[in-house]
Amino acid sequence: MNGRIDQAANETAPSFGESLDYVTITIGEQLLGLPIGRVHDVFIANRITPVPLAPAEIVGLLNLRGRIVTAICLNKRLGRPLSLKTDCNGKYELTAVGIDHGGEAYALIVDAVGEVMRLDQSTFEPVPVHLDRIWAALAAGIHRLEDRLLVVLDVDAVLKIDLPLAA
Amino acid sequence: MDELLQEFLGETGEHLDTVDRELVRFEQEPNNRDILRNIFRLVHTVKGTCGFIGLPRLEALTHAAESVIGQFRDGASVSASAVTAILETIDRVKEIMAELADKGQEPPGSDEILIGELQTLAERARFELGQARPAGAPADPVAAYLARHGTPATAEDGLDLIFRNAPGPERGPDGRIDTAPRYDAAAEDTTLRESRPPGPATLRVNVDTLEHLMTMVSELVLTRNQLLEISRRQEDAALKAPLQRLSLITAELQDGVMKTRMQPIGNAWSKLPRIVRDLSGELGKRIELVTEGADTEIDRQILDLIKDPLTHMVRNCADHAIEAAAERLKAGKPEHGTIRLAAYHEGGSVTIAIADDGRGLDIARIRNKALQQGLAQEAEIERMSDAQVSRFIFHPGFSTAENVTAVSGRGVGMDVVKVNVDAIGGLIDIASTPGQGTTITIKIPLTLAIVSALIVASGAERFAIPQIVVRELVRVKAGADHRVEQINGAPVLRLRGRLLPIIVLAGLMGVTPKAAEDGFIVVTQIGERQFGILVDSVFHTEEIVVKPMSSKLRHIPIFSGNTILGDGAVVLIIDPNGVARQVGASVSTDMPEREEAAPGVSPAGERTTMLVFRAGSDSVKAVPLSLVTRLEEVEASGFQASGGRILLNYRGRLMPIVPVGQASIRSDGLQPLVIISEGDLTMGLAVDAIVDIVDEFLDVELEAMLDQGVVGSAIIRGRATEILDLAHYLPMGDPNWLRLSRRESAAASPHVLMVEPSDFLREMLAPVLKASGLRVTQTADFDEARHLAAAGGLSGVLVDLDRKPDAAFAFAAELRAGANGEHLRVLGMTTFATPELHARAREAQLDGIVAKFDRRTLLAELTDHKPGMRQAA
Repeated sequence: MNGRIDQAANETAPSFGESLDYVTITIGEQLLGLPIGRVHDVFIANRITPVPLAPAEIVGLLNLRGRIVTAICLNKRLGRPLSLKTDCNGKYELTAVGIDHGGEAYALIVDAVGEVMRLDQSTFEPVPVHLDRIWAALAAGIHRLEDRLLVVLDVDAVLKIDLPLAA
Repeated sequence: MDELLQEFLGETGEHLDTVDRELVRFEQEPNNRDILRNIFRLVHTVKGTCGFIGLPRLEALTHAAESVIGQFRDGASVSASAVTAILETIDRVKEIMAELADKGQEPPGSDEILIGELQTLAERARFELGQARPAGAPADPVAAYLARHGTPATAEDGLDLIFRNAPGPERGPDGRIDTAPRYDAAAEDTTLRESRPPGPATLRVNVDTLEHLMTMVSELVLTRNQLLEISRRQEDAALKAPLQRLSLITAELQDGVMKTRMQPIGNAWSKLPRIVRDLSGELGKRIELVTEGADTEIDRQILDLIKDPLTHMVRNCADHAIEAAAERLKAGKPEHGTIRLAAYHEGGSVTIAIADDGRGLDIARIRNKALQQGLAQEAEIERMSDAQVSRFIFHPGFSTAENVTAVSGRGVGMDVVKVNVDAIGGLIDIASTPGQGTTITIKIPLTLAIVSALIVASGAERFAIPQIVVRELVRVKAGADHRVEQINGAPVLRLRGRLLPIIVLAGLMGVTPKAAEDGFIVVTQIGERQFGILVDSVFHTEEIVVKPMSSKLRHIPIFSGNTILGDGAVVLIIDPNGVARQVGASVSTDMPEREEAAPGVSPAGERTTMLVFRAGSDSVKAVPLSLVTRLEEVEASGFQASGGRILLNYRGRLMPIVPVGQASIRSDGLQPLVIISEGDLTMGLAVDAIVDIVDEFLDVELEAMLDQGVVGSAIIRGRATEILDLAHYLPMGDPNWLRLSRRESAAASPHVLMVEPSDFLREMLAPVLKASGLRVTQTADFDEARHLAAAGGLSGVLVDLDRKPDAAFAFAAELRAGANGEHLRVLGMTTFATPELHARAREAQLDGIVAKFDRRTLLAELTDHKPGMRQAA
């Protein structure tokens, strides 16, 4: 990565570190970006074990090459209805983005994964003040693209799910 | 922190633990120079390292300790005070090291007093050595030592040879002992390093590395399982052979990796000798700790969990079990008590036994205490064996220690140990012989990482239940022998004459179960508690690799972890402890109430289990559960009216149905019934709804008007509840009963006096006697009984023989000798009739002895007018 850009990023937007490469995902019609450094891999899951009594955002557990991964529905996390796509046989077909956080593996279930974008710092803007409260808490900023807007997600905030006190 | 420092802390900590242990051993065997040499070497190493890294405080301390140990090594006599001083020094060193680990540098402070003490000791020892050595005698300390102890040094004595040849750091080049210890650190270090015995080659490996290795092997196992699955479907011989080999290698690899997690159990009890030594001093007792099987290997994780409980139990033994020396001698036992700690493999688990030769458990005191704390009803405790009673010590908050000592007896005790053992799926048991000692056995699994689990299904999902808690599986089906019944929506199963609470797994998961009728009951045992988990189907048992729950899911109490099955599916592992707690939570909503109620309760108050139901508009009624045979819900269309009574064809017989109070007998739908049997009579009491079963202290306020069908009222769960008078209802069920009691009342119903100290028994027996048309007067003590008997008009007397047999027999003899004594029927009641008791009964001219719980014989004997054993004798 270019050192000059690094420096600029650190000066104006320290909240999302030095990465300006994003893995783009879509939730409904909205384009979102995850800093590429945080994304472990992208995969399709078709078997999920639901966890009873779990927080609503956690749709279940996945087996990713022998690792047990906690799957979080990004739709639900963003205050939208839960969406779990199934194919014609009733089997799940979940597009998942694998993320490591605190030594544990998570998967964000998204509607679709797009290309990887390298964006210039000049198009970056802070989160508009009137954004929905949930979105505002999870977004690190916005990139103005030519034809649309890309919301940069704050991965740590997304994974910070409020837990009930341990019984 | 500095890497060097960290390494120093880890290594020195281990050294010091060894010194602790060795010193205690050395004190017992002061002639064992092997031990002494080992101690010296370790302390010296610590000192050397401290000097090397630049830790002046530690260096000064260890130096002072070393010089004292050095004198011992040269033959000075070992005093307990010296050992204590050295142990104190080691404690101080540990304190400093703890701060060092915390802050990265030595804390400020002075150790002058301690060092001074050590120097005095060293001085004294040196003086002693100087005295012992005659002038001009060989300067060799070994020879001096041998001369003093009078053992001739023979060439064959290998130990001595080694000792003599072992280079001593403070021995000058001429073989003389330097009076002022002066050290050449560099030279010593090399000599010592050379003399260190070659141990097995070991390597320090980071625990994370091992954990990672473990994970990878688990994955390998899963992949192998998948491959095997595929090859089963294909007939490819070329694939089969290498796959077979892969399978074997994987299994071996798994074993090998598992072994790296294993540690000798001795690590868990390495601190115990020191603890026992300190305790002996503190308590003024002589206690010896013997350990066996310290090399038994066990999973690191379990080792950590078992460490504290073990320490706690050994402390308990020392404090409570082992008697003072004088007391032991009086009992004909050796003066010093022994605590024996043994570990061995047994099947797939490790058994640890902690045995002492102390006084044993005081069963009588535990009985009393259990009764006081309301852990069981008196009647229950009376029937319990000693072994059962001794298990009360595992109950939460149970302690019989009368005075709190510094060592133990603070109200936390064996219950905590049990909770810890339960948590790792272990079993604990206790066996005690009065005067001979106590043995506590703990059985724990070898590892927590791989467990055998039962795979079950509930709804569309599969779950794993650890096999260690599963007692049996019961198939349940509507209409079959084993079926799930409901008490106000709470499912139960009848299993071998007992009611087993059932937890519907789907219900626990927050899913509304479709039908609770079909499926399997996994009978689960956690400690003393048994319950059943209802699942839809059961697959098989599988060895699963337990993986911890994600931190986002760890708050869910009913799961302990998750795993990946052979087919690649993620499955949740049920935590039986968590499930048990869930059940406890739903059952114990009355817990706070109970705790509040307990102190205010009169000493005479006893717990009774009551069945609470609704009958009539809004009145809540209750009846002792012991008098209820069954609870039933029947189709109301099955009722038949006949001769003004309502009958039901029940199990092939006609059973009368009587409504309780204002309860209505339904004409359609389900009618809840409380079934009561008395002798040959079985009748159903129609109630509106069964509410609950509660365990309460009963304080019954008696009703003046007895014919209302109510004995009195009591507060149950904060509500005024009427206690049913069965004597009122039984005659209604059977006209013969009515006739019988009419006839009896015409002839003035016989009046019986019952002398029974247990409230519970009086409460249970009185309605039965009343129901058979007897007038009953009851009392708990003999003085009052004498007054009542003197009033006359009695036809029979029932006397309890268990509580105070002497007083009871005396009372019976008085009755016999009194007016009308010849015609009085006097019966003794006991829970356990011995031939001896029968003999005494004959002597006291009793008419007979009946078992307390045998109501039928009791009634027969009471109404029997023929002369009994009195005449026969």
